[in-house]
Amino acid sequence: MGAECKCNCDQEKKLDALFAQYKGNSNGLIVVMAAIQEVHGYLPKDFLVKTAEELGVPLSDVYGVATFYAAFSLRPRGRHCVNLCLGTACYVKGAPDVQTILEQEMGIKAGNTTEDRRFSLDLVRCLGACGIAPVLTVNGEVYPRMTAEKVNEILAKYE
Amino acid sequence: MATVTLTIDNVKLEVEQGTSILDAAKQIGINIPTLCYMKEINAIGACRICVVEVQGARALQAACVTPVTEGMVVKTNSAAVRASRKMTLELIQSNHPQECNTCLRNNNCELQALSEAMRLTEIRFVRPAQSHSKDDIDNSSPSIVRDPRKCILCRRCVAVCEKVQGVKCISAVNRGFETIVAPPFDQGLNDVNCAMCGQCSLVCPTGAITEVDDTGKVWRALDDPSKHVLVQTAPAVRVAIAEEFGMEPGTVSTGKLVAALRRLGFDSVMDTDFTADLTIIEEGNEFIKRVTEGGVLPMITSCSPGWIKYIEMYYPDLLAHLSTCKSPQQMFGALAKTFYAEKKAIDPASIYSVSIMPCTAKKFEAQRDELTDSGYQDVDVVLTTRELARMLREIGIDWESLPDEDYDAPMGLSTGAAVIFGATGGVMEAAVRTVYEVITKEAMPDINLTPVRGMEGIKEATLKVGDLEVKVAVAHTLGNARKLLDKIRAGEADYHFIEIMCCPGGCIGGGGQPIPTNLDIRLKRIAGTYKADEDLPIRKSHENPAITAIYEEFLGQPLGEKSHKLLHTHYVPRGVYRKPEGLPDKVPSGDHH
Repeated sequence: MGAECKCNCDQEKKLDALFAQYKGNSNGLIVVMAAIQEVHGYLPKDFLVKTAEELGVPLSDVYGVATFYAAFSLRPRGRHCVNLCLGTACYVKGAPDVQTILEQEMGIKAGNTTEDRRFSLDLVRCLGACGIAPVLTVNGEVYPRMTAEKVNEILAKYE
Repeated sequence: MATVTLTIDNVKLEVEQGTSILDAAKQIGINIPTLCYMKEINAIGACRICVVEVQGARALQAACVTPVTEGMVVKTNSAAVRASRKMTLELIQSNHPQECNTCLRNNNCELQALSEAMRLTEIRFVRPAQSHSKDDIDNSSPSIVRDPRKCILCRRCVAVCEKVQGVKCISAVNRGFETIVAPPFDQGLNDVNCAMCGQCSLVCPTGAITEVDDTGKVWRALDDPSKHVLVQTAPAVRVAIAEEFGMEPGTVSTGKLVAALRRLGFDSVMDTDFTADLTIIEEGNEFIKRVTEGGVLPMITSCSPGWIKYIEMYYPDLLAHLSTCKSPQQMFGALAKTFYAEKKAIDPASIYSVSIMPCTAKKFEAQRDELTDSGYQDVDVVLTTRELARMLREIGIDWESLPDEDYDAPMGLSTGAAVIFGATGGVMEAAVRTVYEVITKEAMPDINLTPVRGMEGIKEATLKVGDLEVKVAVAHTLGNARKLLDKIRAGEADYHFIEIMCCPGGCIGGGGQPIPTNLDIRLKRIAGTYKADEDLPIRKSHENPAITAIYEEFLGQPLGEKSHKLLHTHYVPRGVYRKPEGLPDKVPSGDHH
């Protein structure tokens, strides 16, 4: 495969083992795709083609699954995943202002990744923490009661 | 066999266990409306049009996927059922472009017909923007256009591509309103593993998947006085085109077809059946050569361009099994701009060569780089049966009052062996009629090779030809082809000769044929095909005097130098998702010229 090994080779070996384990077996589709996403941070096209060939699943199905589940991404992700909640509570408490500032600071629209791969910015629906709205998470860490003023301070923590 | 008693709309009836409510209702004369359902291919309850009320059930049930049970009480006509169906239809229509008048499927659209039947009088829900725009139209393929704006997400195309053809180059992508049935990675159909068979266009209930409309090109050529516009007609068109004018499927209308083409203004109306006979001579001799000289066996037929693209993609390692014969369309094309041009003293550059085919893949075939042996693109444009009918309607042809006319010489005379090319098993039967007599030098006792006729997926026969036991097999649909190819790969196929046709039933069920095309209609077209064979005075290709003449005047010998140049070809290993490694660029690898 032409895809570069940007992670450590143990993980690549884990992928190879999964391809071998599920050769010709469509039941392994989600497992294999989840592993690719974990190793590479997204689903590189070459690996989806390899998944189709090794598991014997039409590429159209592989792509259909990749675009169906929000957990899969077809584009490279940043080193730090920033999720802003736009659920009802967060929305009325000012999340749209936070979104504007985040997009300004990162120079991207939500749903994208900065050129230097430092950040990916995504909008999510209700993280179940409405009491501390608006909520921002970075790599899973929760930042409560976000305001436009706090954004820079938080982003600075992540290189 | 176990049966179940139930009540539908107050009528008590007994049906076989496992029957769906949809099929049970048919027995009392109720055709429950459907949009996504296709018998034996797509029963997924997705469109929600076939809902019915089942006593005791929590919600309305989809009749296509709900089996009957003992004592079940069903209402197919209650207020709740009618309201639900109408609401569903209204919601589908709310995301559907309201441009029926300019749609290729106008007056032959299931969504339109259903809206009419249900008296849908207004569409109350107007979305600010529809899910897909004109930018999403896929014009990449020479054969098929996808217009996702008109797609109602019924999945019939996906089902036929997967379950009948075993390809599945399209699938549902994204979710919710963004859902689109498309090839992966925003590619066009031309860039993916599409065989171009067009079965999807036959089953699409709307105008979301259609043939590429090339009628404009043909009109332009007919309007150009500097062009000599000639036309060939495939075997399967003559048993189907009458359906476009309200006639019974399977009506044989060869003579009316010729007359209609003359009314359009073609300078010469000739017949693909002539080159079908020629194919039998070349392919029959190639077969005898392979058997006697130890060539690659089993030899497989090469008439069906969807099949050719499929084997190039999925079994590139088996390409040497293909006969090197061009399809009858392409033999005709190569001869039109050489033999015919010479004979009529016409500059081949001024010849515009049109073919009328039951097939969308033929459009792709005509554009293949290597099919230019006349020094020009051998076939300039391909129209499907549907497109020809459109042109004829445009000029107000009254089909029933057309006279029967004869094809023009020198490529108009053909035999019953050529007509049956249109039905699955026909090429094999035609080849056997000739190969038997060439080898044994005796008349074949019964020229009807019935074991290879009919709709069974894979058919086999063993024949004694002189001292040789010839074992043949016939498959139609790519799904059935795959079974035979896997046997060849595994070294388990002891056949000598295999016929493969891409579409169910053969070309009579091709992707360019009139809509609807279903099992019942396919059977009628097949019956018409064998009737046409029996009604012809000559039924063996080698007895066609026009074939004898073209060898004497122009070609020389079967498999001779001129035949080799004009009538034979090579194939391209393509791979499914990428070019296969370790295979030559073309097969046979030598220059075929």
